[in-house]
Amino acid sequence: MNLSLRLRKFPLWSSVWFVIGILYFFMPLYATLDFSLRMERDKISLKAYQVAFSDGRFLDTFLTSNILAVATIIASVILIVPTAYWIRLRVPEARRIVEFITLMPFVIPAIILVFGLIRVYSTPFKIPFTDIVFLEALTTFEIGTDVLMVAGYMVLALPYMYRSVDTGMRTVDVRTLTEAAQSLGASWVTIMWRVILPNLRSALLSGALLTFAIVVGEVVLASFLGVDAFGPYLFLLGQHRAYEPAALSFIAFLLTWGAMGIIQLVTGEQGQAAGAH
Amino acid sequence: MAQLTLPAQKHHIRSFLGKWIGLVPFFLFALLFILLPSLGLLAGSFLDADGNFTLKNIAELFTTPFIVNAYKLSIQISSVTALGGGIFGFLLAYSVTVGGLPRPFRTAMITFSGVASNFAGVPLAFAFVATLGRTGFVTAILKNVFGVEIYQTGFTLYSFLGLAITYMYFQFPLMVLIMTPALDGLKREWREAAENLGASTFQYWWRIALPILLPSILGSMILLFGNAFGAYATAYALTGGALPIITIQIGAQIRGDVLHNPNLGYAMAMGMVFIMAISLAGYSWLQKFSERWLR
Repeated sequence: MNLSLRLRKFPLWSSVWFVIGILYFFMPLYATLDFSLRMERDKISLKAYQVAFSDGRFLDTFLTSNILAVATIIASVILIVPTAYWIRLRVPEARRIVEFITLMPFVIPAIILVFGLIRVYSTPFKIPFTDIVFLEALTTFEIGTDVLMVAGYMVLALPYMYRSVDTGMRTVDVRTLTEAAQSLGASWVTIMWRVILPNLRSALLSGALLTFAIVVGEVVLASFLGVDAFGPYLFLLGQHRAYEPAALSFIAFLLTWGAMGIIQLVTGEQGQAAGAH
Repeated sequence: MAQLTLPAQKHHIRSFLGKWIGLVPFFLFALLFILLPSLGLLAGSFLDADGNFTLKNIAELFTTPFIVNAYKLSIQISSVTALGGGIFGFLLAYSVTVGGLPRPFRTAMITFSGVASNFAGVPLAFAFVATLGRTGFVTAILKNVFGVEIYQTGFTLYSFLGLAITYMYFQFPLMVLIMTPALDGLKREWREAAENLGASTFQYWWRIALPILLPSILGSMILLFGNAFGAYATAYALTGGALPIITIQIGAQIRGDVLHNPNLGYAMAMGMVFIMAISLAGYSWLQKFSERWLR
């Protein structure tokens, strides 16, 4: 009787699905790792990693992508934290419209966004009714392109960043904190820097890591705006090499894993999905 | 009278400005980098080569065979992976919530899902080449262990089926992430009440749990649809453009004017936005139903 009871209690189907799911997760990773270790004939070695890392173009593009990621994160925080704060404190009626805007990137995929950016910003800006150019086309000079890249990445990261910050503000009582700080004579800058931001630490960290995960491997914006970032580099490498792209793909996976792992540690929540598919 | 209301009005205006001024940077950003690019494409899709208003581009979306095929292919791949990923993701979410697997399995599944749903684009494509490519790991296992040479049976990774299998890698984890909280919302009392009234497990699922969950299941599948519909990098890295889905065609148009009509390209882009907007509207409509029972 005991055995049959135990058999009935054993969640057979659940276990089957679970095992298939885990296999689906790990097969591609294992295959990539396995492949990346076989650059040298008949032996396991880290040669592919050595070769990949010693390529100067890898270092350059990877550095570029990281700088872009950091710039995006900083700019997003500067834009979104005061906005979310202001909505909570002064104009709650703006919440719906701002939330709606932050969801727009779900309707406008990266390929459409870059198309639109190129259409609008690849012509010089003239003072209306004259031929006087007051701003060259952003796509024609480096700083202009960088501005477009960071702005585009900010748009792609907007839903995740805004949601993280807004959830973070919900858990701390922003109004009381502000009133307390004000009655102690703090200025707005002090309130932001010393009171609000520290209280949003874990929310900002998870928003920042998600943004990092989106930006570092991003291909669409970078390749169409002609920026030598890691994503396009990896793509080109895959056109004519076999083992090095596998090695770098595995590294990219570890980075994603690291980012998501830290998010889960600091927030104790389930991860969110983002990313440039 | 006029003298009385004027200062009040002034004060009103000033407090209105004072309230909204804090949102100016955000709205300016949204205007410059979301609204203007979208409007640029929208306006462009209604113009002809000389800048006059026309509906010809929109009409050509439905009559040019390769555009129709690109939309069709995109809708097919998105639907298939949304359905497949949705069902499989639901089963996984079920197995780690009410399915009776111990708690640590759930934590593991959620963590993996968080990682996998964010692992996409070029690295994902390369990972699947190493798995199911001609010399891939699983291809070799199937051949050496099971004696099945999948590339002899006509399978190739660089096809519709191959792309669908690859998309599934970020599709079903997203479903797991969305459905797990929804399944948590099923109250134990409902099951107990059903059992007390003599319902079988099947009856409980068919008559109670599924109808409650249906709006969230359908809504999540719509999200998966959009998730795949907007994807570009994975498909491009995997097939190199051999599978002409709509994002790939738009990409070709951005690279060089392959249509010989830039405005038709803008119209193609707007068609995509239109389909995405409809899906998101459908999602939020379904969301209302699911909130009635599950919060």
